[in-house]
Amino acid sequence: MAKRIDVSGLSAFYGKNKAIDDISMTVEPGSVTAFIGPSGCGKSTFLRTLNRMHEVIPGASVEGKVLLDDENLYGPGVDPVAVRRTIGMVFQRPNPFPTMSIYDNVAAGLRLNGISRKKDLDDIVERSLKGANLWNEVKDRLNRPGAGLSGGQQQRLCIARAIAVEPQVLLMDEPCSALDPISTLAIEDLIRELKERFTIVIVTHNMQQAARVSDRTAFFNLAAVGQPGKLIEIDETERIFSNPSVQATEDYISGRFG
Amino acid sequence: MDTPSRSEHTPSPPDLVTPPGLTSPQTGLAAASAASGRARLGDRLFAGASKGSGILLLVIMAAIAVFLAVRATVAISANEGNFLTTFEWNANANPPVFGIAVLAYGTVVSSIIAMVIAVPVAVGIALFVSHYAPRRLAQPIAFVIDLLAAVPSIIYGLWGALFLVPHLTGLNLWLDEYLGWTVIFDKTNPAATPRSLFTVGILLAIMILPIITNVTREVFLQVPRAHEEAALALGATRWEVIRMSVLPFGRSGIISASMLGLGRALGETMAVATVLSASPVLTAHLLDAGGGTFAQNIASAFKEANDMGRDALIASGLVLFVITLLVNGAARLIIARHKEYSGANA
Amino acid sequence: MSTVTTRPADTAAPLPEGLKQRRLPSWAPLGIAVVSVAAAVGAGMLFGLQSKVQWGLIAALLFVAVSFALASAVEGRRQAKDRLATSLVWVCFLLAVVPLASLIWTTVGQGSKVLDGYFLTHSMAGLLDIQPGGGIYHAIIGTLEQVGLATLIAAPIGLLTAIYLVEYGKGTLAKAVTFFVDVMTGIPSIVAGLFILSFWLLMLGFDYSGFAGAMSLAILMMPVVVRSTEEMLKLVPNELREASLALGVPKWRTITKVVLPTAVGGITTGLVLAVARIAGETAPILLLVYGAPYINNNPFEGAQSSLPLYVYQQYVNGNAASYDRAWAAALVLIIFVMLLNLVARGIAHWKAPKAGH
Repeated sequence: MAKRIDVSGLSAFYGKNKAIDDISMTVEPGSVTAFIGPSGCGKSTFLRTLNRMHEVIPGASVEGKVLLDDENLYGPGVDPVAVRRTIGMVFQRPNPFPTMSIYDNVAAGLRLNGISRKKDLDDIVERSLKGANLWNEVKDRLNRPGAGLSGGQQQRLCIARAIAVEPQVLLMDEPCSALDPISTLAIEDLIRELKERFTIVIVTHNMQQAARVSDRTAFFNLAAVGQPGKLIEIDETERIFSNPSVQATEDYISGRFG
Repeated sequence: MDTPSRSEHTPSPPDLVTPPGLTSPQTGLAAASAASGRARLGDRLFAGASKGSGILLLVIMAAIAVFLAVRATVAISANEGNFLTTFEWNANANPPVFGIAVLAYGTVVSSIIAMVIAVPVAVGIALFVSHYAPRRLAQPIAFVIDLLAAVPSIIYGLWGALFLVPHLTGLNLWLDEYLGWTVIFDKTNPAATPRSLFTVGILLAIMILPIITNVTREVFLQVPRAHEEAALALGATRWEVIRMSVLPFGRSGIISASMLGLGRALGETMAVATVLSASPVLTAHLLDAGGGTFAQNIASAFKEANDMGRDALIASGLVLFVITLLVNGAARLIIARHKEYSGANA
Repeated sequence: MSTVTTRPADTAAPLPEGLKQRRLPSWAPLGIAVVSVAAAVGAGMLFGLQSKVQWGLIAALLFVAVSFALASAVEGRRQAKDRLATSLVWVCFLLAVVPLASLIWTTVGQGSKVLDGYFLTHSMAGLLDIQPGGGIYHAIIGTLEQVGLATLIAAPIGLLTAIYLVEYGKGTLAKAVTFFVDVMTGIPSIVAGLFILSFWLLMLGFDYSGFAGAMSLAILMMPVVVRSTEEMLKLVPNELREASLALGVPKWRTITKVVLPTAVGGITTGLVLAVARIAGETAPILLLVYGAPYINNNPFEGAQSSLPLYVYQQYVNGNAASYDRAWAAALVLIIFVMLLNLVARGIAHWKAPKAGH
């Protein structure tokens, strides 16, 4: 299922303001890639261009190419709805549908795709909740509102919802920033398990987290205040944290700025 | 996110006043306590006046109920007909014979027609402004709808009677011809001018559209982005996003807006009085002229009413008052019950 | 490829592989709309349908149905549903715009026929209903006096009640006031008229007067003033109150010198909007002011008129000359109410915090 992403010459805009400038990179299939960098460097914006979520913000636009196994997401005739179904996303704050039960939250994406047989739904909901390490905690209260769970459970519910539709890539936008350390560990464990089935891209503010979960790390930075964000380098996580090839990366990682 | 009507009023702080005690040339404890005595008196007066106003409001509400009830009792005890079931309204006669059956039926039916038309359309327009319209158009459209909510009802009535009625003749014939078998759209006299409850319902729908739209739109604009993005990221189309996150979030808002509109429709006087050709008939044929509503009957029959006639009209007004109270109360209950769903954890 | 590929029932993961989707061209909605309107006009002329209402409905139905059918055929079920929703939302918008635009258009077109200086400065005294001529001077006087008196009564009570609710109110009384202010907002205007009728005219024995009408308008205005003032007072940050109280300023001076000036823009906006709302009320005026055709400058004695009541009376007269007068008075009334609304918005805009304040 996991697919490879090739980005070339990608820039994103909010109105006339360029937020990220001319980014090219490759995300390997079946791996975890972490995006790190100071606030406002455009790493979240870049992440959102990978499943065409950037353009839902009024006035936002994108230039460049994103190839998913040779198919350009921004090519003519490509339906953004189909793109988002293929490339799932988990957000910074857990956002389960407040009016839906735990079960319905996980089933939401499946129902959109026309799966309505009770048995199919039951199977996939159970499989997805197990995949998100949440099954044991909620199996007795599937019909309770998803909003009643703790923050960490809600985030795992959102992950279950995202993987239920069997995406090929899973994008995570600082998935642990609103969670306590124990919930964070649970999510990190989950990420390591999920990478066998999905290509995972994760934006994080936490460099230890990047070091713990990712295979490759990309460092983003601003050229200057008011300038668009740029990709500084991308490499094996180990190399980025031990021996980066760019001075700015080393400065950032060693805490000298950012 | 932009929530216009609230943010644009945000007041700006004035310079803090210097307290009188500090500028006063007097010094010492005596002066200070004298000042504080004055302050206490001022405080008491001011607090008393504001509390008194609140109580006055309650008194007015109670007085409305009491005064209407007193006059109504006079009329109802003299009534030779059955107040609830009699069709005719001969309150000036001796003995007086009147009943509210026709009025209650007309009020409810015309309001139901208005709601059936106005609520879906208003939700549609609210969605149009909040989620579909090009961004540059959305603000001006919202502004115009705001202004339209302020158009006096007599003007809707004038337009309804002189413009809408003749333009609905064709539609009436059509409904009669193709949907006549449903009985409600069967017009007994196809040639008659359509001054019917159906026309009144359409006019009321047009009148309450702006108010329902405005309230609903404000709620839709408050839907947290996170809920919408959750649906988008699952690969939902725009309609699916609306169905999964916007409508559930906005449900209690839609209900309260509709109740607001319903209250207006039930009590609307002038637009009904100008359009409806009233008569004491109670018929399921909505396209037939005739029938009446509480408010319309009061306005139309008032000029010719004698003392008993006025008391009878007041009695019917009391019923209208109670109905609107019930609708308001129901709206508050529904909103309170749905509060936990309104995305409180957003 | 299409998304609605049928697949065997046993595969649980049913997701289409391709990202490409057959789509209708971007000009399709416009094209369908043009074709629908053309077809509706054609059908209307062919079958001799008298009313444009039918033409419009045919066009709307055609537009919705054709968009849905085309989208189902080309793009699949989900996209078709999305198109259906989009076209319905657009149709709703147009359905609403057409009558509302027609209302304004008709009022302006019909109203400008007899609206001139003479119309504004003369009354109907000595004129038969069927005669052309006459004017609305007496009605303008009546409206201004009644609305002015109503504001004088309702504004202080409304303001003080709002101050009570925000600054003092706690406990059962405040809850009761809040609840009944809500309830009062929903009182039909004719009921307010009936109340003053039974209280002022029938019990106390006073005669029809502008003041009686003003009292009923005040009842309608009070809850509106309370609501809008309450909202504005709640926006005043608590730090301001605390800063003033900490300086030893008594509470009532804190309210009058700090809280109210801070919120004055929003409060005024609310007041003006409330005035605009009652200026168009007809029903209670009909019961209490009676509607005199001559000029009566004294609102405390004898029948008066008012603009909305004048419109109604001229409509009821039912002849060409009186219809013209009704439209002209309606136009004046609409302009008056719209001006008040614009003024209110102007105040709100002018008092709103500027960027970088």
